[in-house]
Amino acid sequence: MKRLFPILSILTAAFLAYAFYRALWVAPTDALQGDVYRIIYYHVPSAWTAFLLFFINFMASIQYLVSNKPAARSALKWIMIVGGVLGVIAVYLPPIKAMIPAGMQPSAVATTVLMIPAFYFVVGWLFPGQKLDVLALTSAEVGVVFCTIVLVTGPIWARPVWGIWWAPGDIRLTSTLVLWLIYVSYLVLRRFSNSAQTQMLAAALAVFGALDVPLVYLSIWFFRTQHPQPVIGGGGSMDPRMLQTLLISWLAFLCFTFLVCWSRFRLELLKREVEEAHAMESLAGASVKASMPLARSSK
Amino acid sequence: MISTWAVTLATLVKDIRLEWRSKDALNAMLFFSLQVVVVFVFSFDPLAEESRHIVGGLVWIAFLFAAVVALNQTWSRELRNQVLDAYRVSPAPANALFIAKALGNFIFVTVLEALMAPLFIVFYNLRALGPAWQLIPVALLGTWALVVNGTFFAAMSVRTRSRELMLPLLLFPISIPAVIAMVASTTAILTGEDSARFYIVLLLTYDVVFTTACLALFKTILHAE
Amino acid sequence: MNAAKFMIAAYVATWVIHGGYLVTLVSRYSKLRREMKELGKGK
Repeated sequence: MKRLFPILSILTAAFLAYAFYRALWVAPTDALQGDVYRIIYYHVPSAWTAFLLFFINFMASIQYLVSNKPAARSALKWIMIVGGVLGVIAVYLPPIKAMIPAGMQPSAVATTVLMIPAFYFVVGWLFPGQKLDVLALTSAEVGVVFCTIVLVTGPIWARPVWGIWWAPGDIRLTSTLVLWLIYVSYLVLRRFSNSAQTQMLAAALAVFGALDVPLVYLSIWFFRTQHPQPVIGGGGSMDPRMLQTLLISWLAFLCFTFLVCWSRFRLELLKREVEEAHAMESLAGASVKASMPLARSSK
Repeated sequence: MISTWAVTLATLVKDIRLEWRSKDALNAMLFFSLQVVVVFVFSFDPLAEESRHIVGGLVWIAFLFAAVVALNQTWSRELRNQVLDAYRVSPAPANALFIAKALGNFIFVTVLEALMAPLFIVFYNLRALGPAWQLIPVALLGTWALVVNGTFFAAMSVRTRSRELMLPLLLFPISIPAVIAMVASTTAILTGEDSARFYIVLLLTYDVVFTTACLALFKTILHAE
Repeated sequence: MNAAKFMIAAYVATWVIHGGYLVTLVSRYSKLRREMKELGKGK
């Protein structure tokens, strides 16, 4: 295992370098924006990665919440299975199929719907017990890092293209900001809370955050329709070479993310080991003192 | 099994009685809101037509901060003399306690809003150009949105370090959709330029979703140790 | 070109943030390793 990490790191670095080369030299220049648009190859994959990580956090958190309640756990399991099956079927029903935006295949939507129970069960299987909580913390922290990058590169991209750093109705950037705030508060709760209850409290907060996300999106979307927005030219379909480069960039970042998460995960396991060792030591010290009533502490 | 409603009512009456005698929270809330009102009166000209667009946000800033003052003291009273621990070991259903606390906070904040509203009307020369009656569902639904999550997060923060800081830190990001809805709908009603209907439905949805979530998870929070 | 400056800034910012995070991971890791060693010696 330990030898695998350096090898994977070198491969990932090479992959990232290749993605960088493609982003700068292979992908064609945008007709409207010139070379500035190339920020997209870092901005968008970071956003997708952050959302993926927050989704994993949600899956880990709900499973952690029900880990002590077998009834709730099996109920959740069935909700996932039934929901997944119904969701996939629903995508092919005519009224829902009509709602799918042009250019998207129903099979792609169905696969995405299927990912939800799939992730749920894979996460539950690979990370039993306490490891669920470690995964939740890891994915939240690394997710915040990527989310920060989205919020930093977004305005840097907006300024030369739109002339302004931020548009309050820009639904994507604003909802990303709210997501960032929610998960930063999650991390602060983790840090400021005492260890016994922290994990449950944090899991509850993660569930609240996940429930909030669609509401955030809806509220900003409607707000935007009532307020004039800066004219953001462009849209339309993407040059296939651009799309390819975007996907390659995302894949490279996913490999990078995997390694970072793996490191953070191991770090957290080590931290808990150290805490346990501290606890054991104070227990041992206390019992030693108890058996020698006149002993003085050497410290 | 003790009836949930009996426990809820008993706890609620107790809290209101305690608050009525000391008026601690109410005074703090009132004072805070008054400060906000006065500062903003000097910040911009209330007679200008544009002011109508801003007042919606101001009103809710004042109420938001007042709500946080009320929420912060929700559970602190219970920590003294280990009352909270007594609740946890009692057979009373946990949700009864939560609903009582949430309702208590709701009443306090609503009373504050009723007291502050005339002040806002007077200082900012408010006159709703849209359907003024819609302000009532906005106020009630919006206040419940803040209070229900606030009571829950107050319970979460009560055992953390810097608990007075933790509550707004947890509450504000989650409340953003509700705050957008409250502010935008109030502005829409005052200026008469848009319909507030979507936002009222959004607030209702928000309230239903999060009241359910709070009720489902409160027991876990209360007993988490 | 002025616009290209922004692109470079974005790329640099991305790696600065990632780099910064990795540095905190490494420093936390070495601190914990040291603590572990001290605990082992203390016994």
